[in-house]
Order: sequence, then structure tokens, then C-alpha cells
Amino acid sequence: MQASARPALSVNLKPTGIANTSREASAPSSMRMTVSKVNFYYGEKQTLFDVNMNIAQNHVTALIGPSGCGKSTLLRTFNRMHETVRNARLEGEILLDGQNILAQDVTQLRRRVGMVFQRPNPFPKSIFENVAYGPKINGANAPIAEIVEKSLRRAALWDEVKDHLHKSAYELSGGQQQRLCIARGLAVEPEVLLLDEPCSALDPISTAKIEELLVQLKDSCTIAIVTHNMQQAARVSDFTAFLLVGQLVEFNPTPQLFTTPSDPRTEAYITGRFG
Amino acid sequence: MCAASVVLITVLLVFELWRQSALPRHKFGFSFFLTRVWDPIAEQFGALPFIYGTLVTAAVALLLAVPLGIGAAIFLAELAPLRLSDPLQFLIDLLAAVPSVIYGFLGFFIVVPLMREWIEPALKKSLGFLPLFQGPAYGIGFLTAGIVLAIMVIPYIISVSREVLLSVPRDQREAALALGSTRWESTWKVVVPFARTGIMGSIFLALARALGETMAVTMVIGNTPTISASLFSSGYSIAAVIANEFTEATGDLYLQSLIELGLVLFLLTFILNGLARLMMLLTTRRGTGMGNA
Amino acid sequence: MTSRLRWRKLISGFMLTMTGVCALVAVSVLFLILGYLVYNGGTSINWAFFTKLPAPVGETGGGMANAILGSAKLLLLATLIGVPIGFFGGVYLAEFSSTQVAFAVRYAADLLNGAPSIVIGIFAFAVAVHPFGHFSTLAGSFALGLMMIPITLRNTEEFLRAVPRALREGSMALGAGKWTTIVRVVIPAAYRGILTAILLALARVAGETAPLLFTALGNRYWSPGWNQPTASLPVMIYTYALSPYEDWHRQAWAAGLVLLGLILMVNIVARVILSRGIAVPRS
Repeated sequence: MQASARPALSVNLKPTGIANTSREASAPSSMRMTVSKVNFYYGEKQTLFDVNMNIAQNHVTALIGPSGCGKSTLLRTFNRMHETVRNARLEGEILLDGQNILAQDVTQLRRRVGMVFQRPNPFPKSIFENVAYGPKINGANAPIAEIVEKSLRRAALWDEVKDHLHKSAYELSGGQQQRLCIARGLAVEPEVLLLDEPCSALDPISTAKIEELLVQLKDSCTIAIVTHNMQQAARVSDFTAFLLVGQLVEFNPTPQLFTTPSDPRTEAYITGRFG
Repeated sequence: MCAASVVLITVLLVFELWRQSALPRHKFGFSFFLTRVWDPIAEQFGALPFIYGTLVTAAVALLLAVPLGIGAAIFLAELAPLRLSDPLQFLIDLLAAVPSVIYGFLGFFIVVPLMREWIEPALKKSLGFLPLFQGPAYGIGFLTAGIVLAIMVIPYIISVSREVLLSVPRDQREAALALGSTRWESTWKVVVPFARTGIMGSIFLALARALGETMAVTMVIGNTPTISASLFSSGYSIAAVIANEFTEATGDLYLQSLIELGLVLFLLTFILNGLARLMMLLTTRRGTGMGNA
Repeated sequence: MTSRLRWRKLISGFMLTMTGVCALVAVSVLFLILGYLVYNGGTSINWAFFTKLPAPVGETGGGMANAILGSAKLLLLATLIGVPIGFFGGVYLAEFSSTQVAFAVRYAADLLNGAPSIVIGIFAFAVAVHPFGHFSTLAGSFALGLMMIPITLRNTEEFLRAVPRALREGSMALGAGKWTTIVRVVIPAAYRGILTAILLALARVAGETAPLLFTALGNRYWSPGWNQPTASLPVMIYTYALSPYEDWHRQAWAAGLVLLGLILMVNIVARVILSRGIAVPRS
């Protein structure tokens, strides 16, 4: 799954087991987001320790690890959602296209970096209004109806709902609602889409549909996905980061991480010795 | 057995109200609600002025209390940290505990002069072209009663709305923010609509309270059975006329007409409270609607 | 930043500030009320207020001793009438009843609770005054007691229900019968909430005026026993406020301060009791 046109990530492993990406090997423009020396605190308690990694453009990067390892916490720093929690504190640097996201206006950032949540959470509005919400408040340069259709198509939901656009979003099934949330996120044309365990509340068929969707989407979008399902990570992602107790243990191209992991802890996790 | 007595008492209450208003019901029938005349001497009793006064004051009260109440609830639920929000809510609960007669008392001695000297003349000057703000302004009347009622019902709107807003799932707000909304947009366009049934319930509750209020209203409304387009005019409400004239009522028809008014009031508050409870039920039942996968 | 975004952020800041203003206005009303009462009534509170009877009409001086005593009597009897019915009704609902009966009783209680106080007054008149031909303390207490029933009932039920099953089962596993369990285990576990409920009900009816207007009426003298009309603080405030006498206004301020002060204190005490105990649902 390595993109030939873009330099692959090269990874230097330190004896401490903390992976480090060498930025010299990759041209900055192909790294959509760069995460450097990120430490995260919730009150007095530190939950992320010196995380360094990249999110490659037009690829799917997966964050895996056991419960409580900090993968969701890390993902939520990418669009500064951690700021909705009072005691959360972030140290370090996160760059989007070379610019520090912490120095930008947060509302603008969140338009560029979108998020889909663990449980489908459509607004109490119609299907149309859900997707139209983002473009309407941010200002759209195309007719709203067009944007809605385009987003629903990208989320592989258009055919199922095109005749029912004004029905309440709550009438959809769980899998459809999640795809609606994806469409809603896509409607503002984000550069990066973050997905936090998007299929954990869904049945296998809906999960498969969404996984298919993600693979198609990466051509037009950069994707970062948190998942507790290793097989899912193996199926959809190009790069995988393994976190353990707030530390980034290994960050490698997916086939490599799953067949020949560089760190014994990674091996222990993916072979199911703990989880 | 004690529990049964509760039901018994309530049934008895309705029964008594019905039985003791038999005379006017038979004599006037439905026209009771449409007649303007309230003349104890001529034994002509029409409820219209009181219904009008009750509705107008309630309307004024809601017009003032709903925006203020929802605004305050939004502040308490969305903006204020819990350390601030809980004590403030406590203070607001205390406000709800202030008896009606104290509100009426303060209304009479503080609000009425304020209206008479400052607010009503100002309204007359600026908006006097509207029939609402015309006519002599003595400080007592529909507007003042509405204002006092508004102060009395705000705590109900705030406490119920705040609870409903606090119970909106976090990820609704987060989803809105993640799409690039400002804090206000996420609150107003997503969180509040999600809670709208509960908020409606709080408004019905407030309305029920406003309709039944007796003491505060009777001390500032003027107690004259008038129907007037002007808010400055003095008027009467159902509860106020019962309070004032009940013990003076001579003759059964008079007394029973007042009781019939009481029955009307009871029915109105009964319906509103029922609606409010229905709304609360609907809010708790609606979740994020996972549906069938 | 685009100008559109700047505008949206401006609106956001403005509207959120406005909500803060709304909250400030709402809360400051309480302080305004207290402030005015303290300012105007504080100076009028003296020993005479608490110990003397009202002076003849038109004369200055005198106090509200009979009203204070009257209110106390009314509330005492009201509690004796309302609390047991509410309490035992609540116990029954929480521990014994079937769902249909429970539903009917709860519904009736809510109805009673939602009835405007003046309607309760009419009912009390029809039942306790009209048949006897005269106003009385008893009738007034009856009206107030009626109002205490629903609050006591609902809260008792809720707090009893909130006592965990494990406690009940532990007691019964030791061989205690149902009633013993309730009396010795469940009720003590919920006593804080129930006490709070009674206090709150008391605070609520202490300020009620409308139901007293045609049950206990009023009295310018002492009213011994239970069968005579009696003065009460709320009614005195009402009468004095609307009178043309300056001195009476002054006394009404004092009475308002005393009444509100007591009610607020009871409310605060009740909530403090509640917050110290088990966390249970607020009604």
C-alpha cells in the first residue's frame, strides 16, 4: 500500500521503543499533518508522552492500541477538540501544511480538519439539513443542494436517501446514520477527516460498507482513523501507529507493522497476548 | 389507605367545583364565557373581562420571561462551569420559593411607582402610536401585572430548561463544533433545538403558574373588570376577582359564578400541566435514535 | 480570517455575553428583593412587632403578634394534616402498590399540586367553612395541609425508591419482615430526603395567602382554639400593604422581611440537609 509517487515514511527505532520519523526522508508537502513532541495532560495527570508522527496526505493512517492508551486523545488534538474539556492541556507542536494548528483560529481549523464520532450523532434535523449545516454556517460557493448531493454520494449514501432527503435523520439505521455523519463532515470539504472508532457501534455489514468508503475517500481526502479492531486497521490503512499507555510505540507502513513488527510490544498486542 | 385518600380528595375537589357552580352553568351556559358584563347587583355575570385579563397578563409575562429565562438557562448550562452554575441555580431556586404576596407587595411599592414615573411615560413617548401603549398610565394595570408575573415564572423556565440543556448528549455539541461552528452557533443551532421539547415543557409550566397566580396580580392589576387594548389600563384576572369578591359575594348566583371561574382556572392549569408533563416525557424518550443497524 | 468568520465570531461573543446578562438579571432579582425588604423593613422590626397586637385602625404602633402566632398554629395543624397522608401515601406507593394504583395516585397528587392555590381555597371553603357557617383556623389548616400533601407524597416516594434494593434485601435476609424492614432500614436511609421534602412543603405553604382568604380570614385579636378566624402573616401583609396608612405600610415591610427570611432559611437548611446526604434525584 505504499504510494510510489510519494516518499514513504522512514522510521528510526530507538532502544526505548519510541518511534521517530525522520523528516528528512519525506518531503513536507506530502505530510498533511506533522505531530512533534506532543505531551498531553488532563489536570495533573499526563496521558500522552512525547508523541511524534505524521499523517500522510491521501493515505489512511490508523491509530491502534488497547483501551486507555491515548489514541482517541491524540486524534482529538488534531482538530483541537480537546479544548472543549476544561482541564486538558496540550504541549508540543502539531502542524497542518506546515502551519501550527495551535496558532490558528480554531473555528477555521475545524472546517479544514473534520471529525466523525464513535456513535452516530446526527442532529435532530432532516437528512438534508444535517448535511447542509456545515456549508450553511461556513458559507458555500456552490448551491447547497449540489453540495449536499455531492457529499452524500461521496459517503455512498445518496442512492439510499435521495428520495427521502427531508425525513428526519433519526429514521435511518445505525449504519446509515454514521454514513450520514461522514457525509456531513465531508460537506465542508475538509482536507483531513478524523474518525474515532466509527464502526464500533455498527453491525458487520455497515462496517464493511464504511471501510470500503474510506478506501475510496482517501484519493480526495487525508484520513486518520482510531480503531480498536486490528483487522480493520490491517484492512483499510496504509500506515499504522501503535500506542501503549500514552506512548507511541511503533509507527510503520501497515503491512510491515502487522507482519514484521519492530517492537516486541507491538507483536504482543497484534498477536492478542494482551488487549 | 392514605394513598387512596389522595385520589379521593382530588376527585372530591373536582366534584365540588362542578357541583357548586351549577347555578350559573344552568343560567348562563356558554355565554358565561362571552359576556363582558359583571354586575353583581343586576345579577349579570360574564367571565370575559377576567379571561381577557388572565390571558393578557400571562402573554406579557411569557414574552418577557421566555427570552430571559432561556438565555439564562443557556448561560448556566453551556457557559458557566459547574462550580458557578450550581450555586447560581440554587439562588434561582430560592427565587422560586418567594411567596406570591411578597412579589405583590414589592410590585405594589417598587414596580408600580417605577412604571408610573419612568417606564410607562417612556413607552408612551416612543411607542405611543400603538394602541398598546395609549391611555392614562397610573402604574397599575396589565403591563405591570405582566412584568411582576414574568419575574415570578422565570425561575421555572430557567431550572427546567437548564436541566434539559445539560442532558443533551455531549457529542451533539462536539459534532457541531467539529464542523467549524462558533460556540454560539453550536449552542443555538444544535443544542437548543435538541432540547426544544423540554424547553417547551418549561414554558407550559410557567404559563400554568402565571395563570393561577393570585396575590401578586391582584395587588398590581387594578381590579376593574375592563377589556382594553391598552396595556396601561387596569384590569382583572380570574384569580384576582375570586380573591377579592368571594367573601363579599351575596347570594348563591354570585358565589357560584365565582366558583365557576375557579373551575375554569382549574381546568386551564390542568391541561397546561398535562401538556408540560407530556413534553417532559417526550424529551426523555428521545435519544440519539440509533434505530436498527 | 475572512470577514464572514470575523462576523460570526463577533455574533457568538455578543450572544453569549447576552446570556450571561440574562442570568445576572435573574439572579440579581433575588438580591433586589432581599435588599428592599431589609432596607425598608429592617428598621421597623422591634420588640413591639413581635409581641403586640395590632393597634386600633388609624393609630400607629402595635405589632403582629397575633399574626405570627396564627401562622404558627396554621402551619402546625397543616403539617399534622398533610404530612402523615403524604408520608404514608408515599410509603405505600414506593413499597406496596401495583402500577395502576400507583399511576392513579401519582396523577391525582400532581393534579392537586398543580391546582392554583385559590382553587384549593374554594374547595376548603366548600368543605370546611360553608357547612359550618364560619371561618376558622381549622379550615385554613385544612387548605394548607392539602397543599402539603402532594409535595410530601412525591418526594417520600422518590427518596424511598432511591434506597438501593441491596439494603432491603440485606434486611429481609436477616429475617426481618416487610414492615420492619421499611421502618428500621429503608426510612432511616431516606430520612434526609423526606425531611427535606417536609421542610420544603412547609416553606411553600407558609407564604400562601390566597387559600387563607376565605378559610381563616383574619383577625385583629388573638384567636384561641381552632374554631375562630385567625390572623396570619401573609394575609396581614396583604391587608396592610393595600391600606392607606403609612404606619401599616411600615409594618408590612417588617412582616415581609420576617416571612421571607424564615422561608428562605428553611429552604437553605433543607437543601443543606439534602446535599449532605445520599445523592438522590431532585423532584
